[in-house]
Amino acid sequence: MDTAMATRVTGNRETATKTESVLDIATSRRRGGRGPRGGGGNGKGPNGGGPGGPGGENQRGFSPDRYRIAILVGIASILMMFTALASAYVVRSGMPTSVDWHGGTMPSFVYLSTALIIASSLTFTRAKAALAHVEESAYRLWLSVTLLLGLGFLSSQLLAWRQLVSQGLYLASNPHSSFFYVLTGLHGLHLLGGILALAFLYVYARRAVGPQGDLKKRALTDAVGIYWHFMDGLWVFLFLLLFLWR
Amino acid sequence: MAEAEDPHEAEGHAGDHAAGAHHHGPPTSFIRKYVFSIDHKVIGIQYLLLALFSVLIGLVMSVLMRMNMTWPGHAWPILGKIFPLGAPGGVMSPEFYLSLVTMHGTMMVFFVLTTAPQGGFGNYFLPIQIGADDMAFPVLNMLSFWVTFVGLAVLVSAIFASGGTVIGPTGGWTAYPPLSAIGDVLNVPGQGMGMNLWIISIATFCVASLLGALNFITTLLNLRTRGMSLMRMPLTCWAWFTTAVLALLSFPVLLAAGVLLFLDKNLGTSFFVPGGLSNGTTVIDHAGGSPIMWQHLFWFFGHPEVYIAILPGMGATSHILSTFARKPIFGYRAMVFAMFAIGLLGFFVWGHHMFISGMSPMTASAFSVLTLSIGVPSAIKTFNWLGTLWGARIRFTVPMLFAIGFVSLFVAGGITGLVLGQSSLDLSMHDTYFVPGHFHLVMGVAAIFGMFAGTYFWFPKMFGRMMNETLGKIHFWPTFIGVYAIFIPMHAMGIVGMPRRYAQFYEIVNGQEVMIYKFLSSTPPLIHFVTWAVIITAIVQVLFVVNFFWSMFKGKRASDNPWEATTLEWTTATPPPHDNFGGKTPTVYRGAYEFGVPGAPDDYVMQTTPDETGANVSVAAGLDEQGNGHGYGNGNEGHG
Repeated sequence: MDTAMATRVTGNRETATKTESVLDIATSRRRGGRGPRGGGGNGKGPNGGGPGGPGGENQRGFSPDRYRIAILVGIASILMMFTALASAYVVRSGMPTSVDWHGGTMPSFVYLSTALIIASSLTFTRAKAALAHVEESAYRLWLSVTLLLGLGFLSSQLLAWRQLVSQGLYLASNPHSSFFYVLTGLHGLHLLGGILALAFLYVYARRAVGPQGDLKKRALTDAVGIYWHFMDGLWVFLFLLLFLWR
Repeated sequence: MAEAEDPHEAEGHAGDHAAGAHHHGPPTSFIRKYVFSIDHKVIGIQYLLLALFSVLIGLVMSVLMRMNMTWPGHAWPILGKIFPLGAPGGVMSPEFYLSLVTMHGTMMVFFVLTTAPQGGFGNYFLPIQIGADDMAFPVLNMLSFWVTFVGLAVLVSAIFASGGTVIGPTGGWTAYPPLSAIGDVLNVPGQGMGMNLWIISIATFCVASLLGALNFITTLLNLRTRGMSLMRMPLTCWAWFTTAVLALLSFPVLLAAGVLLFLDKNLGTSFFVPGGLSNGTTVIDHAGGSPIMWQHLFWFFGHPEVYIAILPGMGATSHILSTFARKPIFGYRAMVFAMFAIGLLGFFVWGHHMFISGMSPMTASAFSVLTLSIGVPSAIKTFNWLGTLWGARIRFTVPMLFAIGFVSLFVAGGITGLVLGQSSLDLSMHDTYFVPGHFHLVMGVAAIFGMFAGTYFWFPKMFGRMMNETLGKIHFWPTFIGVYAIFIPMHAMGIVGMPRRYAQFYEIVNGQEVMIYKFLSSTPPLIHFVTWAVIITAIVQVLFVVNFFWSMFKGKRASDNPWEATTLEWTTATPPPHDNFGGKTPTVYRGAYEFGVPGAPDDYVMQTTPDETGANVSVAAGLDEQGNGHGYGNGNEGHG
């Protein structure tokens, strides 16, 4: 620690000693843009600098908040899309002209899908816990188990489609089957994005070095986790919708 | 792990490592600098140029529409050469007219009104105004632009791929089914491949807008510089933020609807197509769908879209009015809340586009009440704009003229919204020229005036040169008078009952104009008047384009702060360096509109000017001293 400090002071071409850490961090934020960037971490709230004084976020270094904000914002938009589809589903099923509505039976593979994706959420929480305890190998193990469960979910969904096809239920057969394919298909596409994110995380976990890499790994894991749990919850919602509202 | 327990050290190391991992200097190759750039400023200009391209096409289309309507059957040889099938011998066919209507609307709404104010100015100035060095996700930002570009390319390809007699789909920019879903089965021109490309283009555009909105929101929440509290932000930032929230929540609904429409059209589903449709020879193989459902989904997007178009204009207007009135914006907080109220209410009023869809009167009343309640925040904004101007020594620069023009157009167009928002009145006005008159004034032209104001205002910062003031004033007056001359008569035509989307209202028989619809016999003089106003106003826009490109190379050199404005974009160099502030992150000490502060040396105080109180000044000075080097540490020390 002292070595690091000394190195920095030498490198600073500046004799002023840093006495107060808050000032120091703020300083690095202020100056960091040219050349190597200073500062980092998660800045204080915008009004954090006391009444009327400067406070606020830092944009020069890496700030883990941005992943969390972005993923929550992204989820809001995905939620709107599925809300639109779900309300279209409910409206279409209840229309007086909807004499062609045939709920039919749910393909049995969707039960397996549901079990798989709930399990994958649980394994992801294990991965995150392992990361918190700095158990690298356990982290990667649970990450890959989650990834495999995700792939299992997608395969199971495809098999469910096969089951529908073998019953003679295609996309255009009746409104319920149309919605079934659309909702599961779009959910599957979004989950595929989650799987790619998991794969990226797995690769990144091996390559991330240093405190900065670690910080970023945690932030990414946090964001991917939020997304993955959301996909899980979204599927449970769609499952209940398709199952109960036939 | 002792280091990690000391927050100061952890921060320091993290920052130093970030230096190595994330620093990107200005790119040097042409491709990285101007084409696939991740610099938000370049991307902003790319968006503006894309919108400029689209607006010119859209403008030419509107002139063609007026020509067809005013001189029906007249042969325009040049048109015959360009569109040998759509305008054989230079005479435009009704289908050709409808495809012009569709493409004009789609181009203008999506690729101009949604793109330029938000993607263009927002991209360029939001990070600078909050003191950030770029957007939160620069690569995503680049992706947003290029996905938008693909969307535009697909839409342009629809011009050529729709079949020879039309230059696009013929169902209007709202693409109502069943026409949009099964039009090709019934041999309606333009509804085959043209319609498919239209859906793909719009879906692509939705994705691009969502990526953009995500970036805007994250940037604004996470990257504000020190001291830039939310209530110190310029109103432009609030406007872009609100717009991004609206886009984020409304575009997914359009995307969902687009997916369903595409399936209906190509894969035989029946989401929107009712049963039993026939063109006399073929009976359609769909059953049970609801065209009204498309309208609900479309307008759930469509109404917030109106505010997506106008809110950035409101932000720019507030910003510019305050600057040239040399007064603080009247009621800053009220402006922010009014903007949010408009955005929020905008999600609950989509039904007013559907009063004639067979909606129950009870539902219609609910939508009416909510619609009219938008008048309250709108009135607050107008009141505050006028309050800002009240008693001011106004500097009538060109951006100021356009900002005042915005207020005028917003009021003139908004007043008729109160007429259309009442279901009882709308029943007779719907699908007459009253509606295009209304929405062109408020959503089209007012938003365009916001863009003009923004262009004249920020041009010096973007290109380092001033736009020509005289030419700008010559541009303003005919445009301002011209747009009123175009759209006010349309209200009168609408009250008479003239329907929208009709290719022609009279024929030429033996050199005489013979009305097809007797009840419209009073309208021909107005039709001629409007058309000439359109032609003159369109020609005047050449002045703007000339001024824009001429000033870019030959204009008077601009100083860093030519308008004596207060916000952060005016504290940096002109044009701003690659990282916006040349490595010196600004610190903000005050709100965005401190004009005429008693005791201040000038009549404006920059946001970065420290407070007079000793404590704050000394803190600031301390920061400066300390700051002279911490960032220069090298990346290796993190392992010490």
